[in-house]
Amino acid sequence: MVVKVHGPAFASATRRVLACLIEKGIDYEIVPLDMLNGAHKDPEFLKLQPFGVVPVIEDGDFTLYESRAIIRYYAEKYKSEGTELLGKTVEERGLVEQWLEVEGQNYHPPIYNLVVHLKFFPKMGVPVDMKLVEESEEKLAKVLDIYEERLSKSKYLAGDFFSLADLSHLPFTQYLVNDIGKDYMIRDRKHVSAWWDDISSRPSWNKVLQL
Amino acid sequence: MMKTTSYTLHFYIRSISSNILNFLFVVSSSIQFSLTMTLKVYGIGFSTCTARVLTCLNEKEVEYELVPVNLGVGEHKKPAFLAKQPFGQIPVLEDEDLTLFESRAITAYVSHKYKDNGVDLVRFGNIKEAGLVSVWIEVESQQYNPAITPIVSQLYIIPMRGGSTDHAAVEAAAEKFGKVLDVYEARLTTSKYLAGDFYSLADLTHLPYTYYLMKSEWASLINSRPHVKAWWEDISSRPAFTKVAENMTLAG
Repeated sequence: MVVKVHGPAFASATRRVLACLIEKGIDYEIVPLDMLNGAHKDPEFLKLQPFGVVPVIEDGDFTLYESRAIIRYYAEKYKSEGTELLGKTVEERGLVEQWLEVEGQNYHPPIYNLVVHLKFFPKMGVPVDMKLVEESEEKLAKVLDIYEERLSKSKYLAGDFFSLADLSHLPFTQYLVNDIGKDYMIRDRKHVSAWWDDISSRPSWNKVLQL
Repeated sequence: MMKTTSYTLHFYIRSISSNILNFLFVVSSSIQFSLTMTLKVYGIGFSTCTARVLTCLNEKEVEYELVPVNLGVGEHKKPAFLAKQPFGQIPVLEDEDLTLFESRAITAYVSHKYKDNGVDLVRFGNIKEAGLVSVWIEVESQQYNPAITPIVSQLYIIPMRGGSTDHAAVEAAAEKFGKVLDVYEARLTTSKYLAGDFYSLADLTHLPYTYYLMKSEWASLINSRPHVKAWWEDISSRPAFTKVAENMTLAG
């Protein structure tokens, strides 16, 4: 059964899901959505995802949304296939959950502002809030200092194993490093930089970037 | 004769040794039991995120010790605490040599580790139900929480820290939150709880911030939506939560 992934392949949260599906060796099909022209607010789409955001997956008659819920579902469902993304023990899984939550609660809000204001709003003709951009950069810098400390003691975020926690950082960090002139935020931090080079050179991520 | 005596002696020695060994085993097991550490939660009773964890531990019928963190003197920003939680936030869980932070990670860990205790909060053994629980935990994280937090923060947290409420900000936040609640109203028309017809971690995770909201005039946002109201009344009357709510005193 092919998993249908609704969303443009360039959308960060959609990429989060695609990276996971590829790591687990799961067959998928992208159903494009013209978000730049507001297709995500159409009544038909809102029936699938009532908050009007991407991605949504359809797996037979089972629908799921919120990218971090989708990746947890597939990492669990296909636990014995492809890359192990949840750690091996209950304790390791706890640490994966911890750093997934750090990404969702601490890393995501400021980096989202930076990417949306500096990369997407100009394309959409929406005014950029430079004050918010400055504040977000400051907040993200503090979070990255903590990551630098963590990654000086541990190869990946949850431990010495790649997991959903690292994967979840790929999409927005890709834009941060390559598209909005903020690569120094990663490069100025030795361990964060090494971690970024490692996780972004995974074949699954390169595949996602080509879609 | 000698052979019999030595056999008998050997038998007595064996039986005494095994009794001693049994005794030592029982004693060492008791010592081990009392030395097994109870879970420790570093936090404070009135904190929303601490309340999330404590409610979960109660539902799972797991014993814990709440170790107070003195926010007033900035204990959470000092090196000893930062060594446990580098973002300087409560709560933190200590389970023997595992330290975990982020309340939604702690509740996930507790729900998995103690899957055979108390209420099955993550639908262990039913992957689709577990998936739906995950969806609504993420909806709380990414939609509900960002909408409700400015209201609760302006009304109760900022004044506690000596600041004053920005009422315009509260009104703007209330409008956005209302739109999120419209989606919840539609969802709860088709299902008793968020992930299905069963209480789960998805419902639990909404308790703390909503509890404080309900102490304000903005309770009308919940009460004006009949299915959301019924859901709220149900989940907030669970004993695992009402026990915790006794200490949630920020709203007076």
